[in-house]
Order: sequence, then structure tokens, then C-alpha cells
Amino acid sequence: MIALLLTLFPLLASLLVLAGNPSSAKRSALFFALVELLLSLYAYYLVCKQPDSGILEVNGSWIASLGINFKLKLDGIGLVLVLLSNILFPLIIFSAIDREIKNTSAFYSLVLFMQMALAGVFMAMDGFLFYIFWELALIPIYFICLLWGAEDRARITFKFFIYTLTGSLFMLVGLIFLYQHTTGPHHSFEIHALYKAGQAMSIKAQSFVFFCMFLAFAIKMPVFPFHTWQPDTYTTAPTQGTMLLSGIMLKMGTYGLLRWLMPMVPLGVAEWGPVAVTLSVIGIIYASCIAIVQKDYKRLIAYSSIAHVGLIAAGILAFNVQGMQGSLVQMFSHGINVVGLFFIVDLISTRMNTRDIGKLGGIRNVAPQFSVVFLIILLGSIALPLTNGFIGEFLLLNGIYQYNFWIAVFAGLSVILGAIYMLRSYQNSILGELNALTSKFADLTWNEKAVLIPIVLLILGLGIYPKPLLDITGPEIQNLISSAGIIKP
Amino acid sequence: MISLFIISLLAVTAMLAEILNFKKLLPSITIAGLVMAICSIIPEWTNPVSIPAFNNMLVFNHFALAFTFSLCLITLLWFVMAGTYLRTETALTDNYALILFSLAGAIAMTSFGNMVMLFLGIEILSIPLYILAGSKKTDLASNEASFKYFLMGAFASGFLLFGITLIYGATGSFELPLINQYIKIHLNEMPAFFYAGIFLIISGLSFKISAAPFHFWAPDVYQGSPNMVTAFMTTIVKTAAFAAFFRLFSTCFISIENSWSPVVWAISAITLILGNTIAVRQDSFKRMLAYSSISHAGYLLLAILAINSNSAGAIFLYTLAYSVASITAFTVLNKVYQLKGTDLIDGFNGLATRSPLLAFSITVAMLSLAGIPPTGGFFAKYYVFNTAFINGYTGLVIIAVIASLIGVYYYFKIIIASWFKPATEEKQIELSISEKVLLIFTTLFTLAIGLFPGLILNLFS
Repeated sequence: MIALLLTLFPLLASLLVLAGNPSSAKRSALFFALVELLLSLYAYYLVCKQPDSGILEVNGSWIASLGINFKLKLDGIGLVLVLLSNILFPLIIFSAIDREIKNTSAFYSLVLFMQMALAGVFMAMDGFLFYIFWELALIPIYFICLLWGAEDRARITFKFFIYTLTGSLFMLVGLIFLYQHTTGPHHSFEIHALYKAGQAMSIKAQSFVFFCMFLAFAIKMPVFPFHTWQPDTYTTAPTQGTMLLSGIMLKMGTYGLLRWLMPMVPLGVAEWGPVAVTLSVIGIIYASCIAIVQKDYKRLIAYSSIAHVGLIAAGILAFNVQGMQGSLVQMFSHGINVVGLFFIVDLISTRMNTRDIGKLGGIRNVAPQFSVVFLIILLGSIALPLTNGFIGEFLLLNGIYQYNFWIAVFAGLSVILGAIYMLRSYQNSILGELNALTSKFADLTWNEKAVLIPIVLLILGLGIYPKPLLDITGPEIQNLISSAGIIKP
Repeated sequence: MISLFIISLLAVTAMLAEILNFKKLLPSITIAGLVMAICSIIPEWTNPVSIPAFNNMLVFNHFALAFTFSLCLITLLWFVMAGTYLRTETALTDNYALILFSLAGAIAMTSFGNMVMLFLGIEILSIPLYILAGSKKTDLASNEASFKYFLMGAFASGFLLFGITLIYGATGSFELPLINQYIKIHLNEMPAFFYAGIFLIISGLSFKISAAPFHFWAPDVYQGSPNMVTAFMTTIVKTAAFAAFFRLFSTCFISIENSWSPVVWAISAITLILGNTIAVRQDSFKRMLAYSSISHAGYLLLAILAINSNSAGAIFLYTLAYSVASITAFTVLNKVYQLKGTDLIDGFNGLATRSPLLAFSITVAMLSLAGIPPTGGFFAKYYVFNTAFINGYTGLVIIAVIASLIGVYYYFKIIIASWFKPATEEKQIELSISEKVLLIFTTLFTLAIGLFPGLILNLFS
């Protein structure tokens, strides 16, 4: 029931905002997003208290003759992402509170529509339903980027759309292929039926499915060499769009890999996983190196995002408890951190009218609060102990180490390279000499603090006490791995 | 079957309207008649007539009834769309009669039990369209379209007829069940000219469904004909021709599937690749829709190829979703054409600011044609792919997937133009009530097929 509510409420909210008065769209969208957040906190409570109760599940027949069901279920893995998404949505909506956005109702309506689709993606337990929500999430973000983006957006957004659609269609091919192999009186798209079908297939067939579906997830994340849409799209999208893309939408890829691919075709993973891990690690180093020489702040963070997600992908592909749990924790942390970073960059670029790191400097002298908040988020992003990033990266590297020593060595470079580009950019923009441009930099307003303080609290809070996240994901990850028939320590 | 009578009667009435002078009532009579025809299907559906009519000439089984329903529905929508055009720009009664006769032919094509009836149906469908294609008498392009369509159509009929003759020569019958029986018994001793007959029939039907390499007439004919006639051709003709194709091959030639499936495989692959790649380069929306119509024939051939228990449902769903989306597209195209006098894609620039309803409905229609959820086009495409997968046509499905990606490119040109490009003038576009109702209905219908396809698929299970 709560699963249904979590998906239907944002849809209803989206329609209400669209029909309502444009002047109140901002506030009502924020209100709806907060209600959704409360709902998901209640769901968290339920998952902790009674994980197997029927209230977390909804299962209705949709297209009975084809074995397609409207099956949503909230479990520990899905909950982490639903929680992340619903924590970020109010923040993302609030981050635009001072901005003038044309066609306000349409904008917020699309944002809320996307919240619906994302909730659906993270809770769907039916392959077909998963695909539908997966595509539904693409349509609002396409229009958000297209209608509210920066210059040259038509071409870039289109490239993004074609890229992701290519991936999803191949995923559909993979899903249909699995569906045809399900046994029983009728074929079925139910996730466990698909698991069973996938695991029973030959290595060759499993490899085929692995390629089809990995392509979809790799493009969404993105993993090297499927990343070329990402920096341009992140740079031209409106700030809220970038936050949605990097904070939440990217996690669709990693989540899909974790839940829909790894347990589905274990032999295919064993056969081709090393290739995928190698690509992820190449991506980490490649993106970090490019980030080091970036002049544009938004692009720098876009590339850093590729590096981080490469590590997450490698952790999932390692296919052990530490790696997978680490990836979930890191998905959560990365979502929080990257939204914070993009908001910081947005503040800089609206105040200074430039995102060029070279033109900044000395902001610390005029905006101490801003500098402190920025530093904390930045440290979270480079995974300093006592920040949320550390827990995730530690578990990830631990998991990857168990998988392969040399891979772990190269993946570990991400921490060092991350520190280089992040700290260097901080040095150049916040520390150093004030110049004519930055001397006019105003410190944080209350509205901006209202966005940044929750982010800072989450970064520190989870860094010091990550137990809530670890507790709800642990047993689920165990189940997932043992259901694949590969039991590792 | 009652619906076929009603429609034939309606067509004759339309011809009489000029003489007996009740022209003004004709539109309402036609709409009422079509609604009646649709309603008459319901009792027949629940108690299908077990005895085929006219010595097995017409067999109204569930397949035929379902397609009759969809053809009547699309024609009804078409009349709502073309109301103004028919009233102001053409001789009203002639056009009503021609369209209704054509519809009668289409229904015969979905329900034939005999090869002769198939040929008659195709001719009844086509001859009015040769005339309609040239109905802009002073326009050179329209004349060219008519002439080309007639010439090519005549060739296609010739091929078809020759094919039917050869099959008669080999099996001694025109009746589908008898031919099927004969083939089953003499499976390994069929003469070579029998196979030649099958390939001639495939060629003839490929002309009608505008599949490559028999598609060369389609772009010029579709572009030259008046908008409304093109809309009729891309929807009704395609639906009826595919119903006929499927009916013929699933009842007659299923036991020798291996002999013709490689040919259909090749036709489908070429159609998919050619249709989609050439559509990308079009500047005219109408011509782009012509190529898109060619490419959709390629997807539909997938379902014919994978001839199994799901195919009928797949073809029905696909043609319905495709036709409804096409009706939306042509309604919007016609509106833009009236205002700008051009069918170029640039004419759609800034549509969203001038009329949100037009922009929204064309967006849903394009998403449906491109096959993106939650529209009907997506589910139909999914179902066709699924059907092809069951019979192991993985390679062709991959080609089709790539083809649909290319498709997204040109369908999205329209969406980008409507929402993103600046408008050249600010004035709001006025829509009449019937246009609004039509657009809202087709848009909701497209979404409904996507969300609740089970309702339609249950008809075929």
C-alpha cells in the first residue's frame, strides 16, 4: 500500500501543480515533496519494523494474458534509493526558490512527474513495469533540459536522449529474451521468475543478456566509453536538471546493475564482468585526469561524477557483500554530495556570472560561511573519514580488493586523484587573493542555508553514524548474492 | 457482416444525396451509419455466425470482426477530421461515396474466405483511391500522384491476380481452407509454379503495404495527394492490407512457412532500414510521414513473419495504435498547412506557444509513432518484437530496434520544433470544437492503448 502511495502521490501532485496557479506552483511543489519525504520516512520505519509485511507491497494484475503485473515492493535496497530521491527532491525544489523560472507550473509539474517515475523504478518488481518507469523518467528530464537549459541545448539534449534510449531498447531486448525463457504455465516478467530463467540459461545466452542490459546501465551511469553525452548535458541543463540527473537519475543505472543484472545472469557476469570492471576503472582514471585540467566548475564536477560512479560500478561488479553494500551507501552519499556541489557551483555562477575557476579567488575573505559549507561538502566528496563519502569508498575498495588486488590499486587512485582536482579547485577559487570580481561575492542567504545545512548535516551525520544505512541493506544484499547461487565470504 | 451491408448502403445513399437533394444531411447520416456499423459488430462478436456467407466468400470470424471494428472507427475519426475539407474543397457527395466504397473494400479484405474475394476487396479499396488521389484537379502534384498510384496499383493487381491464378493452377481451388488442405497433403510434390505464385502474391501485397523494394510510388503519392486523402491511405489501406496479408498467409500458406519466410525476412529488413534512413533527411512533414509509413510496414512484417498465436493480436494492436496516432498527426499537419500553406517541418516552429493542445497532441502522437512508453505505439512495438522473438527472429528484432532508434531522431524533430524553436508569429491558433474533441479523443486513446493493452489483447486470446 505504502509502495503504491509513494508512486501515486507525486503523480497526483504533478497534475495538481500543472492545473494550479503558476504563482503558487513553487510552494505547492515544495509542500508535496515534503509530504512525500514524510511518507518515505514512514516507509523507512516500516521496513525496519516489519520488513515482510504486506503493507510494503502492491501486486495487481496489469496485462494478465502476458504475465505482466503491477508489482511494487519496498525492500532495503529500494528503500535507500527511494529515501535518497525523496530527500533530494525537496532540496532541489527549494534550491530554485529565489530563481525566476518561466512556465513555473510546467517545470514543477515535470519535476514531480519525474519523482513518480523514479519511485517506480526503485520499487518495481516486474521487468516490464521496471522498463516502463525507466522510460517514463526519461521524458520529464528531456523536457526540463530542453525547455529550461542553456545555449545549444537542443542538440545536446537530443544526443543525451538518443544515447539513453539506445541503452533502454537493448535492455528491453534483454528483458524479452529472459521473459521467453521463463518457465511455468505462462511466461512471466516477475523478477524472481526472471532470475530463475536467467540463471538456468547457458553461458552464451547469459552473455547476450549481460551485454544488452549492461549497455543500458552503462550509458545511464555513465561508464567509460559511453560517457560522452554526460559532461555536455550536465553543463547545459538547468541547475535543477543537473541535480536530478547526477543526484538521482544516475543511480537508476547503478541500481539496475545491482538488482536487475548481477543476480539475473551470474555466469554472464563471471564471463564478462572483468571487462566491465576494467572499463569502470579506466573511466575512473580517465575522468579524474580530465577533471584535473577543467577550467569550468560545472564540467569539473560532471567529470568527478563519472569517476565516482565508475568506482560504484566496479564495486557492484565485484559481486560480494562489501562491494555491493558499499555501492549502495556510496550511491546515497554521492547523491547528497553531488547535489550540494552543483548547488554551490550554481551559487558561484549566478553571483559571478562565470564558472571559470581561473577568474575566481579569495572568496573565503568575503564569504566565510559559504567557504566552510563548501569545504565540508567537498571533503565528503573526496571521502575524508567522518564524512559520508568515506564509509562508501572504504567498503567499495574493500570489496574490490577481495575481487582483485590490482583492480583495487587502480580504483584506489580515484581517492588520490579526487583529492587533487577538488582541493586544487578549492584553492584557486576560495583561497588565494581576492580580485575585483570576487570582492563583490555575497555570503549565504537564509534560503540558501536552508538547502545547504541539511546537506551538511547528512554528510557529517552519515559519516559518523552510518549504521541505519548499513542495517537495512545488509540482509537484502546477502539474499541477493545467495539467490545468485554464488556464496562468497 | 451487417456492418458491410450498412456501409455499402451508406455509400449508395451518398451517391443518391446529390440527386435527391439531401446533401446537407449527408455528414450526419454517414456518422450515424458508421456508429451503427460499429454497434452491429457487438452482437455478432458474442454469437459469431458459424455458416460462412455467400459460399465461403466472406467469413466473419473474430479476426475479421475486430478489424472491421478498427476500420470503421478509424473512418469515423477520419470523417470528423476531414469534415471541413470535404464541405469546402470538394464535391461532397462524390467524396463521401468514394471513401465509403473504399471502406467496404477494406472490410472485404479483412473477411475474405476466397482468393477472388481478396482480389475484389483490393480493387474496391483501390479504385476510389486512384480518383481521390487526384481530387485536387488543378494541382500538378495531385495529378501526378493519381497517375502514379493508378499505374503502380494496376501492376500490383496484375501480379496479385497472376499469383492467384498460379495457385489455382496448382491446387485447383480459390478457397482458403481447401488450398490449405491440398498443400498439407501434397506437401513435397508442389510444382515450382505454385511457389512462383506465392512470391507474386507477396510482391502484389508488398505494393499495397508499401514495403521496400515495392515502395517507390509511396512518397510521391502520399505527398501529392490532398492531406486528408493521404491520411486515409496511410491508415485504412495499411490496416486492411496487413489484415489481408495475415489472413491469407496464416490460413493458406502456414504449412510451407519455410519457403516464403526468408523472402519476407529480407523485405522486412530492407523496409526497416530504407524507410527509416530516408525519413531522416526529409524537410517536409508530410513526406516524412510517408517514409515513416513505409518503415511501419517493416515492423508489421515482423509479426507476419513470426506467424503464431500472438500475431493477429500484434497486428491488430499495431495498426490501431499507428492509425490513431497518424490521424492525430494529419489533423495537426492539416491545421498547420491551412495557416502556413506549407507542410515543411519548420512550419511547426513555436507551435507550443500558439496552441498548447496542438503541440501536446502532436507530441503524444510522435512519441507513439516512435514507440516510447506510455503510449500505445510503444506497447504495440513491444508486442510485435516479443512475437518475433518467440519464433527466434532475434537478428531481425535487433535490426528493428536500431531502426526505431533512427525513427526517434526524425519524430523528435517535430517535437523539438513545436516546443523549442521560436514562433514566427504570436497569434493563437483557433480550433473548432470538432477539432478539439478529435484531438483530445485520439490523444487519450493513444495513451489508453499504452496503459491498458490487456483490454485489446484479450479479444484475441
